Amino acid sequence: MSIQKIDNVTRRNFIGGVFSASALVIAADLLPQAAWADTAEYHGKAASAALKPSLYLGLEPDGTVYIVTHRSEMGTGIRTTLPLIAADEMEADWSKVKIEQAIGDATYGDQNTDGSKSIRGFFVPFRQAGAAARLMLTQAAAAQWKVPVSECSAMNHEVTHQPSGKKLGYGALAVAAGKLPAPKPEDLKLKSRSEWRYIGHNAKDPKSIADLKDITSGKAIFGMDAKVPNMVYASVERPPVMGGKVQSFDDKAALQVKGVSQTVSIPPFQAPYTFQPLGGVAVVANSTWAAFQGRKQLKVEWNNGEHASHDSERYKAELLDTAKKPGKVVRNVGDVDAAFAKGGKIVEASYYVPLLAHATMEPPVAIAEFKNGKVEAWVPTQNPQAVQDTVAKALGIKVEDVTCHVTLLGGGFGRKSKPDYVAEAALISKSVGKPVKVVWTREDDIKFDYYHAVAGMYHKASMDDKGKVTGWLHRSVFPSISSMNDEKALYGFNVEYGMGLNDMPFDIPNHRAENGPAKAHVRIGWLRSVANIYHVFSGLSFADELAHAAGRDSLEYQLELLGSGKILDLKPQLNGQEYWNYGEKIEQYPFDTRRLRKVLEIAGEKSGWGKRKPGNGWGMGVAFARSFTSYVASVVEVEVDKAGKIRIPKTYMVVDAGTVVNPERAVSQFEGAAAFGASIALTGEISLADGRVRQSNFHDYPVARINQAPIQTDVHIVESEELPGGIGEPGVPPFVPAFANAVFAATGKRVRELPFSKAKLV
Amino acid sequence: MIKLKVNGRERSFDGDPEMPLLWYLRDELAMTGTKFGCGAGLCGACTVHRNGEAIRSCSTKMKDVAGKAITTIEGLSPNGDHPLQKAWAQANVPQCGYCQTGQIMQAAALLKKNKKPSDKDIEDGMAGNICRCGTYQRIRAAIKTAAKEMA
Ligand code: FES
Ligand code: FES
Repeated sequence: MSIQKIDNVTRRNFIGGVFSASALVIAADLLPQAAWADTAEYHGKAASAALKPSLYLGLEPDGTVYIVTHRSEMGTGIRTTLPLIAADEMEADWSKVKIEQAIGDATYGDQNTDGSKSIRGFFVPFRQAGAAARLMLTQAAAAQWKVPVSECSAMNHEVTHQPSGKKLGYGALAVAAGKLPAPKPEDLKLKSRSEWRYIGHNAKDPKSIADLKDITSGKAIFGMDAKVPNMVYASVERPPVMGGKVQSFDDKAALQVKGVSQTVSIPPFQAPYTFQPLGGVAVVANSTWAAFQGRKQLKVEWNNGEHASHDSERYKAELLDTAKKPGKVVRNVGDVDAAFAKGGKIVEASYYVPLLAHATMEPPVAIAEFKNGKVEAWVPTQNPQAVQDTVAKALGIKVEDVTCHVTLLGGGFGRKSKPDYVAEAALISKSVGKPVKVVWTREDDIKFDYYHAVAGMYHKASMDDKGKVTGWLHRSVFPSISSMNDEKALYGFNVEYGMGLNDMPFDIPNHRAENGPAKAHVRIGWLRSVANIYHVFSGLSFADELAHAAGRDSLEYQLELLGSGKILDLKPQLNGQEYWNYGEKIEQYPFDTRRLRKVLEIAGEKSGWGKRKPGNGWGMGVAFARSFTSYVASVVEVEVDKAGKIRIPKTYMVVDAGTVVNPERAVSQFEGAAAFGASIALTGEISLADGRVRQSNFHDYPVARINQAPIQTDVHIVESEELPGGIGEPGVPPFVPAFANAVFAATGKRVRELPFSKAKLV
Repeated sequence: MIKLKVNGRERSFDGDPEMPLLWYLRDELAMTGTKFGCGAGLCGACTVHRNGEAIRSCSTKMKDVAGKAITTIEGLSPNGDHPLQKAWAQANVPQCGYCQTGQIMQAAALLKKNKKPSDKDIEDGMAGNICRCGTYQRIRAAIKTAAKEMA
């Protein structure tokens, strides 16, 4: 990722009108980001645009630096971390930096805050933008003093002429610098690591998150809190079965409710479901409460359609059965069948992970106003450009006629990349002629999610008499995210394969990974760490099973499985498929198992692995994963009491994420990932009967509370000068199997089906 | 007509007495610091104080706050500098931040009753408040810091 061109666009009109005409503004154009998912509707959009300034950095004559974050804040700290990069390179005084949230616009480049790629994608462009500003300011000062640029240096918001000690502040130089031609990228001198003041481990004081004070005082504006004049509220009754349609409805009683003004029909989606609304009937009122009350009085007859007989128990049996049969080969090394035929010890096991809901703390919510053929929306969204596209399509208007303002997000985890809820608001607004806020209840959120896929997995391995694995077969069956764009999809695609199925890093002479067919009966989406959740859970649980079968220590055994460490060459093994590599070039982000060995070894040291004998309700488990180009090992310590209640006193996360811009926020993401993983493992399950989701709120879809999440998570970030890797997601995959392995160590019970709450541990 | 005090100010309400306090605060008074998380008393995002006690405003009807004094996050401290808010800042607790006002209000009620809560007291006192982002260990630490400052 690099800047193709740096454009000094001082006099250009700015999107959002953030800067005054005299401001010095740097626009960095960059190469298109890889689309999150190959089959996603939005693939190729960034690639088809000719010029994509991804970020804007402006300096006003009063010395204020505006840094525009085009990525969404959902808790990762990105609104702080991205600006830190540019500010550091610019030698800006952090206290003079103001952060502006970008609206959705393709000219910013990729805005889909997903796939743990904000820093991977924009580290260099933000550095270059800052460096360009610094250079132009230095040049402007030199010109004013009539001295060589080489005699001047910029530091902490001012330029100094070294020989004379003369100084000029950035603000005073802004106008003159803005008149200079923009430097070519190759003329930029980026700071050396030792010169970084805000980036990385040598940052003196970790910066508070940008919105801290607003959050703790209740002033922060999340989507749920946004308000526009004349706004009305809506609550939508949606088809209980995916793909269902309204047959008829009776809104008489609903209209009797005080505050309710009207009802609006929302058409069902045209298959495939993509990001379209599910359809249904909206109740419009003058307050949220009135809308909720009115909706309760609606009587709707549904035509449920083809998924009305879907049943999770039956489906589970089908998935596990399919996983026992040969599937599509997605990776092959050596000859597994021959290895199995040779005999030795054979171990096999099936694993199951149910559907999961995102359950962001803030349920989906959106405000949209349709006026004069255009839509303006205020949304907690991870993907404002998808909002533009989806709303435009739903209303038959042009993409550029949709303006999407991005609020803070009360959690995202992938749910808020899918803007079905915004299209609802826009459609209703068009019908009522007023701005409309659609508020999803928690029940709506749990029942109408884009669920994390349910998966059945089968593993089989052979080992020789020394316990060395000679062959390993891994089969995975799950309804694919590609069902979003193709309702007939039965198989996964390389994004799902590339998350723990076709890139299992074990150094085994005979290995085969297969994917079996499964049809989707609910909307499938991506959830924090995606297919890694089921692939890594099953793969690393099975590795632990093998260690026990071989009578070996699990950590030692996992290291042995990794081999001495090397850069993997997966390409020739993938049956002609492209290795996804999280959208990154393999030369830039090779898969290096030495880095996995290292995090595992450190995790062993930090956790005191092997020092205490497990059993009697106490145990430790270990697992690792490379995901989103970062390398993470987790050690989880558990206590299981006589009633089978699990407590996690301590978790260790060792992380090699390459260069880490904001270690303090990275630590918080791994703390959070441990809690997120605990929710998945302990209680996460969505199930359906008669095509309807059974769960509805936190009583039957519980997430980890303060006494269920790890009491203490110690995060160790490996110092590294490698390219930055993902931070938001990579903590989740290894945590779940490490937890399961710990439960086994403590109780002797192998939990192969999530959630643990369904297992009998005592 | 229901009369109540919100953050020290007299208010009167003549709408549906069955409406939860949450929606009165959010939609009518535009005090959006109190959050909607579940609407069912399960997550704590909507926590406010009624006569000093933590309650879930999503499950408290307007008729049940008649004559009562309600404190919301907006009224916890004049400048957002309650010892808990300061401790929250010091520990950089929030991730997305959505649950945090409810967490702080719950913690404030806890500390009012229990000046020196043990780990177990904190766990018991805060178990009704969900943080989907998983900031729990910092919440624990921040409550301890604030307790020390308030002692
Ligand atoms: S919104 Fe009141 S407890 Fe969840
Ligand atoms: S900080 Fe996001 S839910 Fe608590």
